[in-house]
Amino acid sequence: MALLGANGSGKTTLLRILAALIKPDTGTVCIGGWDIERDAQQVRRLVGFVTHQPYLYDELTALENLLFFGRMYAVKRPRERAAELLQRVGLAKRAGERAGALSRGQAQRLALARALLHSPQLLLLDEPDTGLDEEGNALLETLLQEHIERGGTTLFTTHNLERALKLSDRIGMLGSGRVAYQQETGGLELGGVRQAYQEVLR
Amino acid sequence: MALARKETTIEQPGVGTKQRGTRFPVVSLVLGTLSLIGMMVSIWMIFLYAPTDAVQGQPQRIFYFHVPMAWLGLLGFGVVTVAGIGYLRKRDERWDWVARASAELGAVFITLTLITGSIWGKTTWGTWWTWDARLTTTLILWFIYIGYLMLRSYMGRTHASARAGAVLAIIGIIDVPIIYESVNWWRTLHPAAEVGVPGALPPSVVLTLMVSLTVFTVFYCFLLIQLYQLQRMQAVAQRLRATIE
Amino acid sequence: MTFLAQVLAILWKDIRCELRSKQTWTGMGLFALLVLVIFNFAFDLRVDNKAAIAPGVLWVAFVFASLLGLGRTIAAEREKGSMDRLLLCPVDRKAMYLAKLLGNLLFIGVVEIVALPVYAALFNVPLFAGALLPIVLLGTLGVATIGTLFSAMAAATRARELLLPVLVFPLIVPVVISAVRATGSLIVAAPNEPPWLGLIAAFDVIFLSISMLMFEFVIEE
Repeated sequence: MALLGANGSGKTTLLRILAALIKPDTGTVCIGGWDIERDAQQVRRLVGFVTHQPYLYDELTALENLLFFGRMYAVKRPRERAAELLQRVGLAKRAGERAGALSRGQAQRLALARALLHSPQLLLLDEPDTGLDEEGNALLETLLQEHIERGGTTLFTTHNLERALKLSDRIGMLGSGRVAYQQETGGLELGGVRQAYQEVLR
Repeated sequence: MALARKETTIEQPGVGTKQRGTRFPVVSLVLGTLSLIGMMVSIWMIFLYAPTDAVQGQPQRIFYFHVPMAWLGLLGFGVVTVAGIGYLRKRDERWDWVARASAELGAVFITLTLITGSIWGKTTWGTWWTWDARLTTTLILWFIYIGYLMLRSYMGRTHASARAGAVLAIIGIIDVPIIYESVNWWRTLHPAAEVGVPGALPPSVVLTLMVSLTVFTVFYCFLLIQLYQLQRMQAVAQRLRATIE
Repeated sequence: MTFLAQVLAILWKDIRCELRSKQTWTGMGLFALLVLVIFNFAFDLRVDNKAAIAPGVLWVAFVFASLLGLGRTIAAEREKGSMDRLLLCPVDRKAMYLAKLLGNLLFIGVVEIVALPVYAALFNVPLFAGALLPIVLLGTLGVATIGTLFSAMAAATRARELLLPVLVFPLIVPVVISAVRATGSLIVAAPNEPPWLGLIAAFDVIFLSISMLMFEFVIEE
């Protein structure tokens, strides 16, 4: 599912709530049967989160970063999994480089690897296309496809309507803190969606 | 997957709905009147009814102010802690308003305790300060209060701030008896002048003290409600400001 | 992953990061030394009255050096403004607290290892007199348990270097009193000393448990 909305409409907050980083003020949220407030740790096990900041440790190498997070997520055979994912995101050659020395695009890819380490059921991506070049974007799409094929769900926010239509089977829009629009992308076309988006932005 | 409703408008249940100036107007009035009458009675008792101390003379009457204020300082901190625990469990900001109100009140009373204790010490022993267990613990409690107020002030009006305050209060209240004991032990090695009233107390003194304690406690409750209202209005004002920006 | 394993994994990560950034340790060690030297001039310790003041000098140096270092583990975690990358993980927050505490203890320990021999030399004080090590360990633990918890709180504010001492000093008074008295009684044994070490130990147990439980309220948003 793609989530659109103006800056400040609450997209990032929503994702952070789903990632069990902050608690909702009102209402309840359930992911995979677990209530976010009561069973936050269970929810965290199921969720992978990628946002503007790569959430990596600059002083550690790419490999060490993945190893650490692998341990935190209780991944089986963390070393192999880390190597596998590094390969997958095309950073295998940079495994021994400090994360702080990576370029923005590389760091973003490493962050993606981090999010996928524990094979999450729900993948949350906050504007994942920023900072990625063509190659990176292609990689992102492939990874998302694989994730969905494995049975996972994705929720990502973006400003890019074309990508939203291309990659998702549902589009939602946030306006003044509420879900103002929700549709299956099946029969939608760009013009209609763009119009609806202008409406919501107002 | 249910989406959480994150409302950016201000209408939260129970707060924006009743926009009266004060809540509990009746309780406030009752407490206020009681305090006023009580104060008058108490002052009469302190200065006219209670006997003059044989050893310390007139200045001993500070005792009747000093003790209740110390009691209120401690009570205030207890209320901050209980309200803090309440907030941690319920996440209802009204608990936090109580905590902040009580913290401000308690800090004032502790300051007055220190001042009256100091004056009393000066008149009795000739020194402005003495490191006896009670006064020292009061001083440390004063620092904890100030730390609490600083922390809340720096962190602003947020959930994180309320939680941090609650944690500080919980740690503080558990620590105070330990601090008292340790200073006590330390003091036995350095005997110093003690601020207090030695020996058994005649009944008229006890009565005056009890009255004074009660009156001050009522006064505390009255002030607490007023400060609670103030906190509530500040919270509402902040929310209004947020929607405008 | 077991609780202990989580603690050690986070601790190991912290140590690795800190070692590679190379900033804190030397600074703290030097600071402790400087304090000791300055205190020597300030207090003009002649042989006869040093027993009264030397323990105080030592513990003041330790406490101030600790406060400097206490901010580090949390500050490093909060790089770029938040602890999110760690909070995202399904790791027990108590384990995070313990890892940060152990990290802080290590830092302060390094300072103490440097400072103690110098202290013994400067003030001509017997170093390995039986109970010095437990006193130093337990006393430092007392400061660190409170300090770790509060550094997480203060880290969210701008005036954290000012706020942390203001919050921590009053609360560690029992530890300071006890540690100074206990260290002093090693130099000049006094009869009928209250059980200072016992007090510190009780303090440590109580506040370690409470801090561990309260930590999650302080670091999560």
